[in-house]
Amino acid sequence: MRAGIVVFPGTNRERDMAVALRRGNAGAPMMLWHAETDLPPLDLVVLPGGFSHGDYLRSGAMAAHSPIMAAIRRFAEAGGYVLGVCNGFQILTEAGLLPGALLRNAGQRFLSMDTYLRVERADTVFTNRYARGETIRAPMAHGDGNFFADATTLDRLEAEGRVAFRYAEADGSVTEAANRNGSQRNIAGVYSENLRVLGLMPHPEDLVDPLLGGTDGLPMFEALSALG
Amino acid sequence: MTQPVSLALARSFGLTPDEYDRVLAILGRVPSLTELGIFSVMWSEHCSYKSSRVWLKTLPTKAPWVVHGPGENAGVIDIGDGLVAVFKMESHNHPSFIEPYQGAATGVGGILRDVFTMGARPIANLNALRFGDPANPNTRRVMDGVVRGIGGYGNCVGVPTVGGEVNFHPAYNGNPLVNAMTVGVAPRDRIFLSAAAGIGNPVVYVGSKTGRDGIHGATMASAEFDKDAEEKRPTVQVGDPFVEKLLIEACLELMATDAIIAIQDMGAAGLTSSSVEMAGKGGVGIDLDLDAVPQRETGMTAYDMMLSESQERMLMVLRPDRQAMAEAIFRKWALDFAVIGHLTDTGRITVRHHGAIEADIPLAPLADQAPLYHRPHTPPVPPPVLGPVPDPVGIGPALLTLIGCPDLCSRRWIWDQYDSTVGGQTIKRPGAADAAIVRIEGHALALALTTDCTPRYCAADPRQGGAQAVAEAWRNLTATGATPLAVTDNLNFGNPEKPAIMGQLVAAIEGMGEACRALDFPVVSGNVSLYNETESDPILPTPAIGAVGVLTDAATAIGIALAPGQTIILLGQTTGWLGQSLWLREILGREAGAPPPVDLTAERRNGDFVRGLIEQRRIAACHDISDGGLLVALTEMALAGNVGVTLTAEADHGFWFGEDQARYLVATTSPEALEQLAAAAGIPHRRIGHAQGSALTFADGTSISLQLLRSTHEATLPALMA
Repeated sequence: MRAGIVVFPGTNRERDMAVALRRGNAGAPMMLWHAETDLPPLDLVVLPGGFSHGDYLRSGAMAAHSPIMAAIRRFAEAGGYVLGVCNGFQILTEAGLLPGALLRNAGQRFLSMDTYLRVERADTVFTNRYARGETIRAPMAHGDGNFFADATTLDRLEAEGRVAFRYAEADGSVTEAANRNGSQRNIAGVYSENLRVLGLMPHPEDLVDPLLGGTDGLPMFEALSALG
Repeated sequence: MTQPVSLALARSFGLTPDEYDRVLAILGRVPSLTELGIFSVMWSEHCSYKSSRVWLKTLPTKAPWVVHGPGENAGVIDIGDGLVAVFKMESHNHPSFIEPYQGAATGVGGILRDVFTMGARPIANLNALRFGDPANPNTRRVMDGVVRGIGGYGNCVGVPTVGGEVNFHPAYNGNPLVNAMTVGVAPRDRIFLSAAAGIGNPVVYVGSKTGRDGIHGATMASAEFDKDAEEKRPTVQVGDPFVEKLLIEACLELMATDAIIAIQDMGAAGLTSSSVEMAGKGGVGIDLDLDAVPQRETGMTAYDMMLSESQERMLMVLRPDRQAMAEAIFRKWALDFAVIGHLTDTGRITVRHHGAIEADIPLAPLADQAPLYHRPHTPPVPPPVLGPVPDPVGIGPALLTLIGCPDLCSRRWIWDQYDSTVGGQTIKRPGAADAAIVRIEGHALALALTTDCTPRYCAADPRQGGAQAVAEAWRNLTATGATPLAVTDNLNFGNPEKPAIMGQLVAAIEGMGEACRALDFPVVSGNVSLYNETESDPILPTPAIGAVGVLTDAATAIGIALAPGQTIILLGQTTGWLGQSLWLREILGREAGAPPPVDLTAERRNGDFVRGLIEQRRIAACHDISDGGLLVALTEMALAGNVGVTLTAEADHGFWFGEDQARYLVATTSPEALEQLAAAAGIPHRRIGHAQGSALTFADGTSISLQLLRSTHEATLPALMA
């Protein structure tokens, strides 16, 4: 299993992601600098969290135009697996590799807290160690996590089974109160059409160790270990 | 700036007539404007510690585990496994009142630089905040901006904000306190210092470009505010956390090589203090060519550049043969890199601009003849011990009032805006334990981190208050199972030229020193912030203590959360001390009496006993008893564990809400064994109750639901800030 973690100027969760991949036996990831124009042979590309280029424009907007993004687009078009978390998700939407946009949180404040996610399907390479409808816990930490897409797009995502996770209560019920950042239809993560590109706002990589309060994120990385 | 240099101008720069005379004597002539600027900032209270230095020297700073004490950018202590912890706390009070967001943000940025300058990757931020009366509309503005600023900077640089403290008091209406602490970790043999060496070696500037922001910030921070404080906004710096993040990564990348001889961040007094301190410590001279300084604005003068406090800049002395390699690293991170001078053997700082010499000052007298004041001080007279006070409301209603009051309510509204998990090593997040616990990546080691001070105790009796701040920090580390190692102090006081204020400072330092010695808890770094007065109203004396402890095995750390089936035992002597308690203030509306005395022998004995219990895994939760007393601490444990408590002890308001020191609540499933151990160790102990159900149930059968306790505890800050 060969994983590469993309480092943009301002990326700050690349080490968390590397720890999680190693814990899930998903290999020893290599760090990929944003200025690269080609990717080495890889089974998985990860875009981790952070504030790429400071995110002083729209979050992820500048990173989406980094040289490495062209290579990642080719990689995805060829059926490669891509995971974007938090800023990585924002970059994937800005790059057009995933639909929708991440707007400022509904309350206009940065939100850092544990959130519960309902697993909407458990037959993808990212989620096959979870059960469909299972609720997992994951920390979130973002200012721009309010998922938005027009109704047509949302209906299509639902119809095509491309909603990956929804914000939920601990018991799995999808409520307005659980939807802290105001996302459309409580959507916390979405897939590409071929289900090989996943973007989500919360951080499963920060809950992979009992000492850190839980291991709900670990099955995602264990599942990814089967890739290579 | 075209005024001729004169005594009048010197005074407007904050120098006294006597200090200006010294400048004339050192130079043997009238200084240039740039030279006057350099002297005035180097001799400002903020940079020179001229009022506090004689007293700071009385603090204990040594222990076998102390690698570098005060005098470097941050303190350095050995934490085992070949690693050191590097940490410091620093104030950004004055700027945070004028412009809360940028003031707080750049406070975080500045303290981060103090730590990574020494070669340590920052692993945690904490902050100790004091705001004015919650009913004052300005408090809301300041608090909102400060919290956003801390979050905006810390979240972006990717250093988790894991702990801190917040108090409210009208004495901070015009002078909020923002004390930021950063903790970093480095290999013990890879520490970088600031003493320049090697005549002819290049002096290199890296980071952001220099602008006109923050000019004379250090001088502003060394004077009282008047009613026109807001006009000082141009002295506040503007932060760019993205550049800071790049600077961290670029510096750490370069620090993995052998290129750096000396490095210093440009903090207060910017290029002036960094160049003067590096050359001064190294006993060399320094020649600066300001034409080479990366500039954000056109037409900047030598005065502007030497005094600018533009953020995210560092100064380094490099090995000449490594210069190209170093430049490549900084270019990769898209940061400016400029050789702006070289070291000389003249012992002078020489500043050139547009071909002219704008400053030429001998370094030794600039440092050695810096003013040092033995200011008159009036010893404070502590109030008499509080006599008996009635309980007009009863225990349950008082508890609800207390857990909802601004000083005791949940801080969730604040910490929910701080990324506390980035880095993936935060074992105990805010609210989970008495200290935050952050593991060292790749090691079993973890650090326990806290900040503490009880300003109302310090106001009543600065000596006891100073000792109490240290003792409480030690206790908070202990309650997680950590071994307390060292502290950083941030001394926030009013105008030291007033003997009563100076008396507070002296007494607080004496109390701190006494506690640090008794607890083997040396001071390794710190910062002094004086003149915290607006229109002559001083703040409460606030000697904030930041403290670091170590857990050799992160897995042994415990928090405060109760679990069903546990018995809760009180350890330590309870006299029912209500003087200066929050119960007295919130229920009777009185701030009166002597604060609880600090018995350092009992403190040490009880703490060492508790730490032993944790090491032996005899207790599963522990919470020290501080603000609000026993029942508030117990309620916090119940809420953290989401389980009720049935009280078996019956007692009065003094017992439940008194603030006697050196006490802990511990939770165990083997109470008899624990009581035997406590008796054998001579530790006072008493069973308080059992964790069960979903309410706090008193011995008389009345109860308060956990739900009501939680909603009362959680509602206050969101309502205040809505």
